[in-house]
Amino acid sequence: MPYRPTSSALSRRGFLSIATAGTAALWLPGCAGESAAPTGGQPRSGGRLRAAFSGGGAAEVLDPHQTNLYVEIARAKAMFDKLAEYGSDMSPQPRLAERWEPSADLQTWRITLRKATFHNGQPVRPADVLASFARIVEPASTRRAKSALSVIDLANSRTIDDRTIEFRLKRPYGEFPNALATLGAYIIPAGTPNLDRPVGSGPFKFGSFEPGRGFRATRNPDYWDGPPHLDELEIVISNDEAARVNALLGRQVEYAHDLTPTSARTHESSGQLKIHRLPLSNFHGLAMKIDRPPFNQPELRQALFHLVDREELIRSVLHGSGQLGNDLYGKNYKYYAGDLAQRGPDLDKARSLLKKAGAEGATIDFDTSDASTGLKEAALAISDQARKAGLNLNVKLGNKDTYWADISKKGVLASYRSGAMPLESHISQRLLTTSTTNNTQWRRPDFDKLYYEAQSTTNEAERADRYLKMQEQLFNEGGFLWWGISDWIVASAPSVQGIDDRAPANTLDWARFDRVWLA
Amino acid sequence: MTIPRYLAHRALLGVVQVLVVMAGMFFLTEALPGDAAVTIAGDNPDPAMIADLRERLGLNESSWHRLGDWLVAALHGDFGQSLLAPRSVVDIVASAAEPTLLLAGLTLVLLIPLSVGLGVLAAHREGSRLDRLISGTTLGLYSAPEFAMGILIVTVFAVKLGWFPPTAVGTSLTDNPAVLVLPVFVLLLRPICSLSRLVRAGMIDAQQSDYVRHVLRLGLSPARVRFTHSLPNAVAPAAQQLARTVDWLVGGVIVIEAIFVVPGLGTTLAAAVAARDLPVIQGLAVVFATTTVLVNLVADIAARVLAPTAEVGR
Repeated sequence: MPYRPTSSALSRRGFLSIATAGTAALWLPGCAGESAAPTGGQPRSGGRLRAAFSGGGAAEVLDPHQTNLYVEIARAKAMFDKLAEYGSDMSPQPRLAERWEPSADLQTWRITLRKATFHNGQPVRPADVLASFARIVEPASTRRAKSALSVIDLANSRTIDDRTIEFRLKRPYGEFPNALATLGAYIIPAGTPNLDRPVGSGPFKFGSFEPGRGFRATRNPDYWDGPPHLDELEIVISNDEAARVNALLGRQVEYAHDLTPTSARTHESSGQLKIHRLPLSNFHGLAMKIDRPPFNQPELRQALFHLVDREELIRSVLHGSGQLGNDLYGKNYKYYAGDLAQRGPDLDKARSLLKKAGAEGATIDFDTSDASTGLKEAALAISDQARKAGLNLNVKLGNKDTYWADISKKGVLASYRSGAMPLESHISQRLLTTSTTNNTQWRRPDFDKLYYEAQSTTNEAERADRYLKMQEQLFNEGGFLWWGISDWIVASAPSVQGIDDRAPANTLDWARFDRVWLA
Repeated sequence: MTIPRYLAHRALLGVVQVLVVMAGMFFLTEALPGDAAVTIAGDNPDPAMIADLRERLGLNESSWHRLGDWLVAALHGDFGQSLLAPRSVVDIVASAAEPTLLLAGLTLVLLIPLSVGLGVLAAHREGSRLDRLISGTTLGLYSAPEFAMGILIVTVFAVKLGWFPPTAVGTSLTDNPAVLVLPVFVLLLRPICSLSRLVRAGMIDAQQSDYVRHVLRLGLSPARVRFTHSLPNAVAPAAQQLARTVDWLVGGVIVIEAIFVVPGLGTTLAAAVAARDLPVIQGLAVVFATTTVLVNLVADIAARVLAPTAEVGR
């Protein structure tokens, strides 16, 4: 999207990470419905919450199908709903869809809608869902949910009754609800002429909007998931992190999104702010292109697996605010292979692998940029670590505005990051022969087959087995090396209650202002 | 050269200057790697989507073609649409100009009397302890970059003491004038220093000049000589410096905009460049170049009027 922020003042961190990142709810047994409320007792109704986000300037949009920035997603989820949202473990949770039932061949899905109404009083009907999806996938659309939703054969999908839709898919897709939860797959009323004054079914009703400045919304007392505690929600824009913190300290806002670990540490003990570290939000890694020298040699990729000191990277690059990765994407998400032995630095092994690959003392270009926080620092630290094993990684600083497009085509080794998404989305977007952003050029028919098998079975154990097999391949000779997962840091005034500290950025319970109250 | 002829000459030159700046901005932006389609795709650079975007945004046309189209439309008063937002360039530039002009205007209203007053005072007491204090302080402040001063001042006066709001987030500058205090204060610091030092030096030069000695011998009161004879001559060089200051302020002082969360022209330009949003960049280039041409013209005329003997302009 737009200006997708980007000067140093408008850091690219504002960008949402990746297409199909979702939104979520951790419905842990026992906390069903109510998000983690650390303290503060009984929720109290009333008041206005002002939340400061980094923004996209004049080019910000309200169109929920065009969301790209965190702030756009926060606004969209205040006003709209999707059929499903990602929970804190990235499994899809029913939202406007009350339930879903696949046919035996996983190619036809029957979705029952919840009894919900739009802000104008109209019920949410199957026609609204079909029209929303048709708008997202229309020809020449560049809406983010397009690729995920194009699995639907819309021409052959139909309304069964007032609250039931039957989706016909182009292929068997066992995790179809992931597509319903995909970024930007919001439901708008059919025949919406324009979205300047949006009408949704979400917890807040539209009030006013000025791109790059502010947004106001008021409580929807008829929200199907229970009315919000707040009377009013205001989302304001400050691209400068220090200014967001100052605004919070000066009581100009009650919630500040996206803080640096340094700010968090400075203010954590002061008692003036509450710091929330949302875990498993931001994956940091390397992408090696395996279709070309030198990384077409598995030994060289394995040498990198063994020379990286992940703990040191967490300490230095993430300032300790994160978790150790084990080279695979999606730590602790559904289907994650958590039983594989944790790798650590083993320089002897790395040296012998380098020797096998004939790469002792070799020099390899290592692309990085300031496109996202930590990319450059990680590249410099890893290149220091590699030198100890006798490998020269020559760090090259690229243009931050075009970095992601540049590394998708060129280079051999790049500093990489990703936001939260289900394993299924990570694989389908990045690791299949047909993937559009296959940054490691991992194209293996046997791997593709495992993915399609996982999507063609209704047997949960069988699907988990395929996921394990895919991850074993990647663990042993894949092109990604995910060394750590940083927390997403949010701060609030001490009076703010009901912020869920377990929800990764961009999942259902992240920025979920309908569950927040002011004590 | 008579004043009307001079004006016509300068106006013509100004139009050429604006066109050159615009073309310069256009080709410099084109020289940056990537285009709007690539920046819109962000970290999900699906080649098919980038191709679609390029087609839709008309980025497949040649640079010359696009610059030409833009020029023809601009001459008809149509500055086009942003590539990224469904908004017109005029709308985007106008809404960003409002806070910038307000900050710049307020800063100037305070700047001119303060800096002239300080300069005259220091020159009047040349060599005194007061002069040394003013000169020392202004030199010190001039050396501090505004982002450092901004952060320091917010920390002390807003966060620690709570006297003023730390940022302008979520409010408009006109609805809540208290938010203007700190940014205007920071914006004033450096220009006050440079201008008052120029005025001081000009006053001292003028006071020691032959004509001032002459009018003093004629029996005019020293105060009258200082304000009606020395001051205009001293202010003439400061007018040029003031023009540069206006230019700086209207360009949107981006660090101040960031620290105090003022969505002005500087922020808009930075965002537009990062997004390769050429129509918006072009619109801003016109505003910036026109401002520069106009304020320099006004400064040159002012200098001519104030000190007809001085060699200014061309």
